[in-house]
Parts: sequence; structure tokens; C-alpha cells
Amino acid sequence: MTGAKALIHALEKEGVDVVFGLPGGANLPIYDALVGANLRHVLVRHEQSAAHMADGYARIKRKAGVCFATSGPGATNIVTGLATAYADSSPVVAVTGQVPLAMIGKDAFQETDIIGISNPCTKYAFQPRTAVEIPETVKKAFYISESGRPGPVLVDIPKDVQQATADMHFPDLIKVRGYNPTTDADMSEIGRAVELLLKAERPIIMAGGGVILSGAFPELQALAELMMIPVVTTFKGKGAFPENHPLAMGPIGMHGHAEANKIILEADCILAVGARFSDRSVGRFDEFGKGMSIIHMDIDPAEIGKNKSVDVAIVGDVKSSLRTLVKWLSKKITKRDAEDPWLRRRKELIQYYQETIKDYPREITAKKSIKKLRELLPANAIATTEVGQCQMWASLHFDVITPGTFFSSTGLGTMGFGFPASIGAKAARPQVPVVDIAGDGSFNMTENSLAVSVLEKLPVIVFLMNNYMLGMVAQWQRTFYNRRYSGVHQHRCPDYVKIAEAYGAQGIRAQSMAELENAIKTALKSDVATVIDIPIDPDEDVYPFVAPGSSLKDMITGA
Amino acid sequence: MSQNGSWYIVSALVENKPGVLFRITNLFRARNFNIDSITVGITEQPDLSRMTITTKSDEKTLDQLVKQLRKLIDVVEVKVLDTDKSVFRELALIKMKAVDPTTRSEIMNYASVFRGNIIDIGKETMTVEITGTPDKIDAFKSLVEQYGITQLARTGVSALPRGAEL
Ligand SMILES: Cc1cc2nc3c(=O)[nH]c(=O)nc-3n(C[C@H](O)[C@H](O)[C@H](O)COP(=O)(O)OP(=O)(O)OC[C@H]3O[C@@H](n4cnc5c(N)ncnc54)[C@H](O)[C@@H]3O)c2cc1C
Ligand SMILES: Cc1ncc(C[n+]2csc(CCOP(=O)(O)OP(=O)(O)O)c2C)c(N)n1
Ligand SMILES: [Mg+2]
Repeated sequence: MTGAKALIHALEKEGVDVVFGLPGGANLPIYDALVGANLRHVLVRHEQSAAHMADGYARIKRKAGVCFATSGPGATNIVTGLATAYADSSPVVAVTGQVPLAMIGKDAFQETDIIGISNPCTKYAFQPRTAVEIPETVKKAFYISESGRPGPVLVDIPKDVQQATADMHFPDLIKVRGYNPTTDADMSEIGRAVELLLKAERPIIMAGGGVILSGAFPELQALAELMMIPVVTTFKGKGAFPENHPLAMGPIGMHGHAEANKIILEADCILAVGARFSDRSVGRFDEFGKGMSIIHMDIDPAEIGKNKSVDVAIVGDVKSSLRTLVKWLSKKITKRDAEDPWLRRRKELIQYYQETIKDYPREITAKKSIKKLRELLPANAIATTEVGQCQMWASLHFDVITPGTFFSSTGLGTMGFGFPASIGAKAARPQVPVVDIAGDGSFNMTENSLAVSVLEKLPVIVFLMNNYMLGMVAQWQRTFYNRRYSGVHQHRCPDYVKIAEAYGAQGIRAQSMAELENAIKTALKSDVATVIDIPIDPDEDVYPFVAPGSSLKDMITGA
Repeated sequence: MSQNGSWYIVSALVENKPGVLFRITNLFRARNFNIDSITVGITEQPDLSRMTITTKSDEKTLDQLVKQLRKLIDVVEVKVLDTDKSVFRELALIKMKAVDPTTRSEIMNYASVFRGNIIDIGKETMTVEITGTPDKIDAFKSLVEQYGITQLARTGVSALPRGAEL
């Protein structure tokens, strides 16, 4: 069997049903081996999008998504995708072609040191040097990518290794000596967490992306309901907890919900579940959580104490740690009732900000549009976003009802991620509607994926909050640079309805709330991708806002 | 990263294969860890190398350095050595100007007090090999600086725990 055939067979053995990619000279043997294979290949128009599609697929399937690229420029094109997946701990396995072994180091045509280039943004990178290594390498790549704290893994295969033949053995079990992720938490630490939680008068749960990665939704909800603790999330953790739940408070942070930012400052005990205390969620590290006790649950020991020193650290998979925590607590707890002052405070804050934060005065605004979208989408629809104001509006106004149905490029903030990622999500779960809440600038970056959506029959909805502006940057220029705009105008170019039509997709412009409602309904019935172009005022700002380097208490609400 | 703090010796067992040193040094650079010295060599097990890293750092940074190292797939084991319970040595080669006989005999005397060896004598230079803790090498170096050091090479520290310590 050739190395290339072994690769495809190993992927099939991993249960891979779709790969996203684009061929070239150095991966021709792999593409040849794809002919007749038992997996679907989705041809992309740019390799960056292949990596984002694999990432979107992975976030919905909760198993590794796979992408292919050739050597040199093909490989460098996927780097942004790898860095995006790395920043958000998403399992992606990327397979690149490489120049033949004997040419490596000779500045060969389309040679690039992708192992070196990808090092800071991959969990690991392999370069098998003989064909016989390929089955075991693939097995290890999936194991490393999906286990522990997930992340992207690269497999770079020289062309002659793809062509060489060998007697292949496909192992079912492998061991990686230096890699032993912790999964089960230390019981004594859980005991200490129980004590702190029972003592607390104003406890709060801060749920992060780790809850979504581990699928610990029922466990999180059980804990919150058992103790009647309000739940805030990070932006990455948005949708770890149903946002229409009576204990939900929404995301905290730079553009968090005002009531969430406020209540976390008033808490006396924070239970951080699969969150990494990023600057965007907690503001200044030294001010955050001052005078409160902090319990940190995370699978990655290196996250403990990295940004924030904590009182109790529970290292392990949150699914199992939460389960144990609930078991221990349920023996000891007396439930808070609705008259509890802390729960009353929660209601008070929500009401206060509902009344004080004013709506932007236009017929059609980002907030109204996104609320309408939520209203018309089924609860199990999947939503993703681009980057910028559109993303923050989605965070503020799109309530996630079914846990795990929302994701976004949060750690890297990659413009152009949302659209290809939504196509990947659609491939993973074709039966539900998938929407990309987009900005015009971001959509521009990967809009050629419309071809993929149409040709591969993976119809998604691009919900375009069109201010013809790099709006988030413009907002910072308004706020911090005295409205001196520089490099942010898109000058009404292009026409997104025509763009959609050029690719054989559907384009609808919605200029009133009534038109928008119709457009959403039409899109939901459509069997091709629909771009809904929603012109909004370029001056509409995102509020609340906590300036970078500030503490959450210095939140500006725009009221 | 902080320049003050204590001096630590970190000992790591790593896979003996290409690219491992690159991954480790790239991690140090990307996370802004300051390293005084780093040595790598084979061990009693052919597929493992031992890497000894010395760093001056505060405890929090050291904790991150160790945890981030452990996270690397190719790193099998990481320990911070207790300097009281371990042996550590560095080797230095120091070439200095030595023309007149008095200078030459002075250097020979110093070298013998420090248990060093004269390993090369040229028309105008002498080269001393000296092994010991970094402090001892620093002390020797400052003694002979007066003659004019023309070239100097240090290996960085190698270390092992004492006796039965593992
Ligand atoms: C324009 C923009 C604005 C933003 N504004 C905000 C904002 O206002 N608020 C905000 O919060 N963020 C914001 N972000 C996102 C921010 O940059 C971070 O990506 C985000 O805060 C990180 O979320 P997290 O802490 O949940 O960590 P993640 O990146 O999701 O990390 C997950 C953590 O969980 C751990 N983990 C993984 N799997 C498991 C498991 N099975 N069990 C246990 N632990 C596990 C990991 O080790 C890691 O520590 C913004 C991003 C952009 C682009
Ligand atoms: C690839 C990339 N380049 C630049 C940025 C910096 N950036 C952040 S938000 C933003 C504007 C996004 O514009 P648009 O997609 O139209 O969204 P809006 O803010 O207008 O809603 C820019 C340029 C980025 N996040 N990603
Ligand atoms: Mg815009």
C-alpha cells in the first residue's frame, strides 16, 4: 500500500467523513488516493477557508475536523486557520504535502518549513519520513488533537513518502510517552471547593469555553440549579448555559452584558469552569476577583495561576469534576430560594440595565435585527459570527438556547472565519439551519466560499450587518482618536446581493424590519446559501464597553 | 520577564529526536522566558536526552516555565532541582594573553588552585580548562581578567540529583 493510500485509510479508520482542501504538486498522490475513497472531499477556493471549515466542523461534532493543502503557499495559507483553532483550543488535523525528502533544505520549488512556521500555533506537528510510519502518525495526530485540551495538529508528508509503498499496520492503540493529559480531578481539591462554595453568600459561576469543549452542559446546569447560583460566561463560553434560563446572566468582559459585569464584581466566590481568565473577559488581572475566593477548574495545569492566582485549583475534565462536585454538594446543600437577596440582586441588575441602556434610534438596527433573527430561528439552529461589532452584537443580543450551538473566533479574532466555519458546521449537522452573523469587512475576506456552499449543497445564511465599515476599528477611532477615521471606509463596495447572485446563491437586501422578517423566512426555506444584506448606520456603537487595560468596574454603558 | 529572583536549575528528560531543541527554545522565546544557559546531551537511555536549563526568575515565572515545558509533547519529565541536593558543573575554556614568564607562571598557579588545566600554550597566549559551579568559573575569570581574556567559551550547566534522589 502507498503512503497516500495509508493516509486515507487511516482517516477512514478515525471515522472521518469529510475533508476540506485544495490540491497542488506536493499532495497529488494524496488526491489520487482520494478517488474512490469512502470520504467526502470538499474543494475550497482558498486553503485558509479549508482550515476554518475543518474548525467549524470540529466545534459542532466535537471531534477533529480535517483539511488538506499542498506544500509552500498551500501550507502557509492554512496557518491563519491553525492559529485560529489553536487560540480557541479546537481540534483540527491538517495534512500538508511537502517536497520530496531529498529536496528538503534545498530551497526547492514550493518548499516551505511548515513545521517551523506552524510550531507556535499547533499542539504538535509530525513529518513522517517513511511510508510505514503514516498509520501510527495519523492515529497519534488525532489522539493529541482531540484529547486533553484540544488543538490543531499538523501532518506534513513529503511527496516521495506519499508515493512509497510498505506493508502497513494500522494500530488501534498508541501511546505518546510525553503526553498524559489529566482527566480526573484531585478529590482533596474538590473537597476544598465544596467548603468555599458552601460558605459563600454571593457565589457566581463563570463558565468558559472548556464547558463547551467537554460538552458538560447537563453537569453545569445541575450544579447551578442545585445551588441556585447565577451563571455568567466568557464570550467563548457563550451558550455553555441556556441564555433564557432564570439563572443566566450572559457573557462578561470588554463587551459583556452590563448586569454580568456588575454582578461578578459583587460576588464573594467565583467558580471559573473551563475558562482561562483572558484579558478580554476579566479586564485587569490584578483588580479582577479582588477580595473574593476563586475556584478554577481547568484541564490544562499550565492555566492554573497563569493570569490569576486562585484559592483552589481543580485540574481535570470539567465534565467529571462537575459531576463529582454536584455529588458532594447535593449531600450538604440547602437550596437558596427565590427570595434570597443574591438572587433578588440578579433580577434587580437585569431590570436596571434593561431600563437604562437606550436603543439606537433607527428603524433598523443591529440589535433589533439580531433579536428578530433569534425569534425566527429554531432553538437548535447553529450560529457563528465574523469579527468586530457584528460579533459583539451577536454576543449581546443573540440568546443561545440550546447549549453548544454558538461559536466564534474568540481568541484570535480572525475576520473571515465565520463564513467558512459555518459551512463546516453545516457539513457536521446538515439538518439544522446555520447562520453566520457577519460584518461586511469580515465577509469580504472569505466570501469566495460561496462557491463551496453552493456547489457542495451546504446552504448557510450570511446575516450581514452591513455598515460598509470596518466598524469595530471605527468605533475605537471615535472613542480613542477623537473621530479621526483612518482606513476604515469600505465605500459601498461591493454590492452583496450581486456577489451572492454571481455565485449562484441568493441575495436579499432588507431595509426595514418587515423586509428583514421576510428575508429570514425565505432564507430558512432556501436550499442555496442566502446572503441577507442589512444596511445599518455606520455610527452605531457597541455598548457596554470596558476600555482595554481597564477594570470591569469602569464599564461605559453608553447610557 | 523579571531579571530578579533566584537562580534555578531545571532538568528535563526529552525525546532524543530532531526538532526537540527547536520546540523548547521557541517556547522560551514566545513566552518571554529568560534563560541563562541550556545544555543537551544523551543519557543512559538512547532515546532520551537530558536538558539542563538554568534561569534567574521569580517563583511565578518558574512555575509557568515548568508547566509550559511539561505541556510539550516531546518533553517526558521536568524537575526543578534543589541546588543543595544536586551536583552541577560547568566547563569553561579561557584563552588569555600570556607573553612574559611571570604572567605565565601566575596563570599556572591560579589554574592549579582552581583545579584547572592548561590545555594549550601558544607564543602569546595560554588556554585554561576549568570545571566547576558557575560561581567558581566567574571567580577564576575575574582573577585572570587582568591579563586580557582574548576568547572564552562556557558550556552551560549540567546537573544531576545527588545520591539516591531521583
Ligand atoms: C472583538 C472581540 C471582543 C471580545 N470581547 C470579549 C468579552 O467581552 N468577553 C470575553 O469573555 N471574551 C471576549 N473575547 C474573547 C477573548 O479574546 C477570549 O477568547 C475568551 O475570553 C476566552 O474564553 P475562555 O476563558 O472561556 O477560554 P477558552 O479559550 O475557551 O479556553 C478554554 C479553557 O478551558 C480549558 N479546557 C478545555 N477543555 C477542557 C475540559 N474538557 N475540561 C476543563 N477545562 C477545559 C482550557 O485549558 C482553557 O483554559 C473577545 C474577542 C474578540 C475577537
Ligand atoms: C484578519 C483580521 N484583520 C484585522 C482585524 C482587526 N479588526 C478587528 S474588527 C475589524 C473590523 C471588522 O469589520 P466588519 O467585519 O465589517 O465588522 P463590523 O465591526 O463593521 O461589524 C478589524 C479590521 C482582525 N480582527 N482580523
Ligand atoms: Mg462592517
